[in-house]
Amino acid sequence: MEIKPKIKSIPYDEWKDNESLEKLIDQLHEGGVNLVTGSLDQLINWGRSNSLWSLTFATSCCGIEFMACGCARYDFARFGFEVTRNSPRQADLIMCAGTITHKMAPLLKRLYDEMAEPKYVIAVGGCAISGGPFKSSYHVVKGIEEIVPVDVFIPGCPPRPEAIMYGMMQLQRKVKIEKFFGGANHKQNAEEAALGVSNEELIARKLGDHRRETIVVNEVPQEFVEELKANEEAKA
Amino acid sequence: MKLEFLTFDFEKFASEMANLKSKKGFDYLVTIVGEDFGPEEGLGCIYILENSETHQRCSVKMLAKVQKDIPYIPSVINIWKVANLLEREVYDFYGIVFLGHPDMRRLFLRSDFKGYPFRKDWKFNDDYTLEDDNEPDFGLEYYLDKEGVLQVKQNRLFDHDAYVVNIGPQHPSTHGVLRLQTVLDGETVKRVYPHLGYIHRGIEKMCESMTYPQTLALTDRLNYLSAMMHRHALVGVIEEGLGVELTDRIKYIRTIMDELQRIDSHLLYVGCCAQDMGALTAFLYSMRDREHVLNAMEETTGGRLIQNYYRIGGLQADIDPNFVKNVKDLIKYMNPIIQEYVDVFGDNIITHKRFEKVGPMSKEDCISYAVTGPAGRASGWENDVRKNHPYVMYDKVEWEQILMDGCDTMDRYTCHINEMYQSLRIIEQLIDNIPEGDFYVKQKPIIKVPEGQWYFSVEGASGEFGVYLDSRGDKSPYRLKMRPMGLSLTGALDPMLRGQKIADLVATGAAIDFVIPDIDR
Repeated sequence: MEIKPKIKSIPYDEWKDNESLEKLIDQLHEGGVNLVTGSLDQLINWGRSNSLWSLTFATSCCGIEFMACGCARYDFARFGFEVTRNSPRQADLIMCAGTITHKMAPLLKRLYDEMAEPKYVIAVGGCAISGGPFKSSYHVVKGIEEIVPVDVFIPGCPPRPEAIMYGMMQLQRKVKIEKFFGGANHKQNAEEAALGVSNEELIARKLGDHRRETIVVNEVPQEFVEELKANEEAKA
Repeated sequence: MKLEFLTFDFEKFASEMANLKSKKGFDYLVTIVGEDFGPEEGLGCIYILENSETHQRCSVKMLAKVQKDIPYIPSVINIWKVANLLEREVYDFYGIVFLGHPDMRRLFLRSDFKGYPFRKDWKFNDDYTLEDDNEPDFGLEYYLDKEGVLQVKQNRLFDHDAYVVNIGPQHPSTHGVLRLQTVLDGETVKRVYPHLGYIHRGIEKMCESMTYPQTLALTDRLNYLSAMMHRHALVGVIEEGLGVELTDRIKYIRTIMDELQRIDSHLLYVGCCAQDMGALTAFLYSMRDREHVLNAMEETTGGRLIQNYYRIGGLQADIDPNFVKNVKDLIKYMNPIIQEYVDVFGDNIITHKRFEKVGPMSKEDCISYAVTGPAGRASGWENDVRKNHPYVMYDKVEWEQILMDGCDTMDRYTCHINEMYQSLRIIEQLIDNIPEGDFYVKQKPIIKVPEGQWYFSVEGASGEFGVYLDSRGDKSPYRLKMRPMGLSLTGALDPMLRGQKIADLVATGAAIDFVIPDIDR
């Protein structure tokens, strides 16, 4: 039997008695109690995003820079990335640091499938993104996105440790805005398993996701346009 | 070295090759180059040999005969043990079978790969599948029967009761994507079959359709820890073909850069050795100091790992104004600190217990299996290319070749430690006297190497790295073959580990110092 998740975050105006709740909070604050209100999703995502454990998947050059990230000068333990796992079962993300060849491709796919949800993929370096300098080779996969869905791309050949850490921080941002209950933390159903996508992705495909829509600016104030024109004329 | 080939009759080939070893002392098989010589000559091999006493080199060219569309050459596996993997490599890329080789399987590519990609008439195809590869558990042996007809038989790789453990391709102690299929009896290793090619990118094939300056970028990505040396070998062979005379300034800077890179690589080696044994502190110490070396190089080259610094005819840019001062500071800092790694890990009782008498290999075996670099020198084999075939400034500075006689993992580790002192010594002598001059000898905009074959090798961080170039006078090489440092080391794992415990496999692999993208190319 399949149990559908019923827990959803409730919008503000659907609570019945907001006034007395807020009054209660104010009273507690006055009495010296430190009280934070927020959703449980935020709390869990805060924890998840600051302890991202990566599967060590260093096939070539980028792996050395990834090692350098973990060592004395760069020390990504500051962001909570320092635990690297050698087993896919214990990892949150694959750092795909290096070229993926045709012989390695089935193994990458298998390791990805073995990981537990929620899982993420970071493609480090030109080879993992597009084949990089080996694009014309007969034995190199032209970007790992052909095999597994990628969350963050870190360009470079190889990327500097600063870039790798910046990329991992982008993943943190991504994790922080995720819906956890009923979203990332959700038992995979048959439909998702067949498509090989996460629940959040599936919902986004069906209903659309405002976060993915391009932002179009329609109504620009006329004064602003004139100001810009005046500036350009002054320069000329 | 410009190659002049010896040629032998097909029938006498095996005995003449044996003669070269036993009578003339060519006991070190540097590499076997498979080549498609074009429609007239067909497929064939070039064997590059060295006399380990006099360091004289010679090369033999052998064309394959064809029967039932299968080209074949007699195997030399019984003369030089290293031929095992080298011949399998040629089979994999060219489809040449070696008569008498007991294990003709593909080495780099999947067993269901169609065709032989290095042949000139191979039709380009880069499809791939996500299905598992059904590998055969037997090797093919080709032989000629009494009528001279090519026959084939199967040799089983495993006994029926063999207990086989796959170590890798995704394993923290293999330093990359190497797969060791290990046959065990309890905890004792009975046999190790290396499976390669998980990071095979076909660099040599790609080079055939690139211009000479374009090929340079790929060498840095072979063994990224000896990026400078790898590039040095490639620019070296092209410059030799072109007949470029380098200025002293270029030679000085190249020597210094090579040695800085060697320290960088050895530091990482010392760290990884410790990490594989479970000692994280020593790893963090050496990685900390590696950053200092990288700093000194980065101000000049602009790269941390991939340097892209040498080019045909010189260097990309002149050295940074602060380079001399930075390197001097580095030497001052490094000299006392190497002892610290030994104190914190190398002289630890646990290290001694785990390293001593582990993975033994005698000098004769080292030569036969072509175990070059610090691993071979730990068995007393004088194989340092810098001494035997000096290039740039190595014959003009004072330094010693580190030789040990322990033949085991402990001495391989110690050899690396001592080599760092020697590298510092070489840099110390050169850094104050860098002469004035050009950092680049101007070359033509389109570089065409005249016809001929050359082989040039340098001492990489873990062995001899050589490049064979066959030019037909075009702007791109006809055939470019790299002699990787790690391929022969991987082949030597099997004889080193037979009868040892499985935990020693990790120790031996850590101390032998291979980098997988260099092996697979």
